[in-house]
Amino acid sequence: MDATTTATDTVQQGDSHEHGLSDAMAIKIALILAAMTALEVSTYYVDFGAFFLPVLIILMIVKFFTVVSYFMHLKFEHQMFKLLFYTGLGLALFVYFVALATFKFFN
Amino acid sequence: MAMWLFLGSECLLFGGLISTYMLYRGRITQGPRPSQIFDIPFTSVSSFVLLMSSLTMVLAVTSTQRRDYERSKLWLTVTALLGATFVGGQVYEFTAFYNEGLGFTTNLFSSSFYTLTGFHGVHVTVGVIMLMALRGIISKNRDTGDRAEVVELIGLYWHFVDIVWIIIFTLVYLIPA
Repeated sequence: MDATTTATDTVQQGDSHEHGLSDAMAIKIALILAAMTALEVSTYYVDFGAFFLPVLIILMIVKFFTVVSYFMHLKFEHQMFKLLFYTGLGLALFVYFVALATFKFFN
Repeated sequence: MAMWLFLGSECLLFGGLISTYMLYRGRITQGPRPSQIFDIPFTSVSSFVLLMSSLTMVLAVTSTQRRDYERSKLWLTVTALLGATFVGGQVYEFTAFYNEGLGFTTNLFSSSFYTLTGFHGVHVTVGVIMLMALRGIISKNRDTGDRAEVVELIGLYWHFVDIVWIIIFTLVYLIPA
């Protein structure tokens, strides 16, 4: 790793605090999340037909990454932090699919 | 960095618990079915409370970064109260389910359900304790080092607890077994 890279990394790490959300932006994001939650709950009362499952899954994923990217500000963090978190997430999904396959073939 | 490593490992823990639930959710040999006991309006309010606690946590972090410690203490208290409300709701829900005949060992669904949501509840409880301890530390000026960083780290843990619930709420409550 050369000196330029190290300096850039240091600046990026230091910048994570500068990229923090403003209060107004945080409130806007929370309102969007609340609206998405309301839409999720509406699937319990309204028949979405074939869209029921895709709507819920897409909303769940969007909410998840909105909180991770903005409230946890991972979007503005160093690549290493993203790698650590998403490796854990990827491994968790891998464990699920392995377990699913195991049940499918050996149950 | 250690915090992100910890959160990555927590992803694995909850990934395992959620996987177990997903695989066992249909194994209901006796006892009530989820559709008979789940109270979606009640759980929706609980979810909303936890989601809003993430907002108040962000407000606590930004207040601390501005060195507005009075407001920071206020938002930490509000976040802890919202978290405690969520845990209270979960205790009420568990009690109601138990009274309906869904014990921990009733069937594979109930075991995996209680383990998953129970582990999450314990995480929220630990978060509430950390928030109140942090509020006390700020009040008594007992912290050393970067105060904003400490609040931010506990904030990361709190948001993690929220994202886990986002998944649990959809997969466990809204998508029927």
